[in-house]
Amino acid sequence: MIEFTMPALGSDMDEGTLDQWLVKPGDTVHRGQIVAVVETTKAAVEIECWHDGTVDELLVPVGTTVQVGTPLATLREADGSATREPAARAPLTVAPGTAPARTPHPRISPPEAPGHRRFVSPAARRLAASLRIELDAVPGTGPQGSVTIGDVERAATAPAAAPPAAIPEAGRAAKAAARAAQMRTSIAAAMSRSKREIPHYYLAHEIVLETSLTWLTARNAQRSIDERVLPAVMLLKAVGLAAQRFGEFNGFWRDGGFLAATGVHVGVGISLRGGGLVAPAIHDVPDKKLDQLMDDLTDLVARARAGSLRSSEMSDPTITVTNLGDQGVDTVFGVIYPQQVALVGFGRPAPRVRVIAGDVEGSRGIGIVTTVNATLAADHRASDGHRGALFLTAIDELLGQPDLLEK
Amino acid sequence: MTDTRTAVLSVLTGIAPEVDPDEISDDDLLRDQIDLDSMDWLNFLRGIHARLNVDIPESDYASLRTLADVVRYVDERVTTNAGNR
Repeated sequence: MIEFTMPALGSDMDEGTLDQWLVKPGDTVHRGQIVAVVETTKAAVEIECWHDGTVDELLVPVGTTVQVGTPLATLREADGSATREPAARAPLTVAPGTAPARTPHPRISPPEAPGHRRFVSPAARRLAASLRIELDAVPGTGPQGSVTIGDVERAATAPAAAPPAAIPEAGRAAKAAARAAQMRTSIAAAMSRSKREIPHYYLAHEIVLETSLTWLTARNAQRSIDERVLPAVMLLKAVGLAAQRFGEFNGFWRDGGFLAATGVHVGVGISLRGGGLVAPAIHDVPDKKLDQLMDDLTDLVARARAGSLRSSEMSDPTITVTNLGDQGVDTVFGVIYPQQVALVGFGRPAPRVRVIAGDVEGSRGIGIVTTVNATLAADHRASDGHRGALFLTAIDELLGQPDLLEK
Repeated sequence: MTDTRTAVLSVLTGIAPEVDPDEISDDDLLRDQIDLDSMDWLNFLRGIHARLNVDIPESDYASLRTLADVVRYVDERVTTNAGNR
C-alpha cells in the first residue's frame, strides 16, 4: 500500500484546502496524473500523483485544510511485485492539455436530510456566498456528497438561477479578491524569511544583446505570429544553461547545507493582474528548445493568471528569473525565494551608448547598441562573489551564441 | 471600422479583464492605459490574428501605439486580403 501525501508547494505554503478529488476509490492512476485540486493562497493547485496504482481510499474529505505531508489517500500498487518508491520528483513532460480524470457524469445526489452535516469546501462556500446561492440546494458530487466549487458553478449557471453571464464573473472577481489578500500574507512571510535568513550578495552586469536580438528578429520574421519567440525566452534558456554549469546556484539551502538540484527548473516570476506574484517552474530548461520553452512559458503565464497551477510547478523551482524590463526599469535587484540560493534579474533591453570596436583594426569607437542589465542575487552561504561573477558572465557569453540557446 | 474596433477591444479585454472597454481612448498610448507586458502584447496580436486573420509582423509593432493605430492597421490589411482573393 502506498500513502499519497500532500506535496510541498513552496516554502511560503505549508497548507492548503482540499477543494476537489478528481479520482475515486478503484480508479487507476498513473505517474504525473492530476488527482486533486487544493486551494492555496496563490492558486488552485492541481496535485499530481507520482505513483502508478489504484486508488484504495480517499483519506481526506473535500473542504479539509491539510498540512504538507498529510496522507491524502492510499493507493494499491499497480503491480504487486514492482513498486517504485516515491521519487522525490520524476522529470516529466507535462502535456499542456492533460485532462484531469474527472468523473464523466457527476452523481447528482439529493440534498441531504436536514441536520446531516455535509462537507462544503471553503472555496465553494466563498463562491456560493458571493453568488448568493443557497448551499442546501446545491447537489454535492464530491465524496460523501460534499460540495465542490464545480457544484456551485453548475448551480450558478443552471437555468433556474438568476441573471446569467454576470454571475460567474462576479464569483471569479470575489474569489480573486480574497486570494489577493491572502497572497499578500504569503509573500510577506516568504520575503521576510528570505531577508532574515539569507545573506544576499548582489552583482550586476550589462550584457550586449545585439547578436542574439538580431538573430531572434530574423528568426521571428520568417514565422507566423503563433510561432514567434519572445526575447525573455532566450534569457530563460541562457540562465538555465549557465545554472547547469554552475551548480552552486541551482539548488536549495536546507538544514544548514547546500543541496544541489539534479535538474534545472527555472522559476519564472509572473505578476498577477489582481496584484501579487507567483514564480512557478518551467521544468528542465537546459534540455528544451526555444520553441518548446516559448510554448511552456505561454502556457504557464496563462495558467498562473487564471489561478491554476500544478503542484510540481510550485514545489520544483531550483533558481528563479525575474524580468521587469517590460515595466520600463533598467535594473532589478531581486530577493531570493527561500530555500533557493539564487535569483537572476533582467531589466529593460534598450539602446545604450557603449564603447565598441572601431573601424580600424584595434581602434575603439562609440556606438549605440541594445543592452540589458542582468543582476544576480545570490546566497552567500552557498556561493561567493567570485563564482557569482563567473556565473553572470557565463549568461553573457551564452547570450552571444544564439546557436547554443536554440539547441 | 466600428466592427474592427469592437473586435480589437474584445481581444484586448480578454487579455486585460480589469479594463473597461468604454474607458479606452482611441488616441492615447495603449501602454499608458493598460498594463501590458510583452507576453500580453503577443497574446493580443495572436488574438487579432485568430479573430481577424491579420498577421502583424514584429517590424510593425513599433507603429502600433494607440487603439486607433491597431484598428487602422487591421482595416487596411483586411481590405488588402479581400482584394487579393
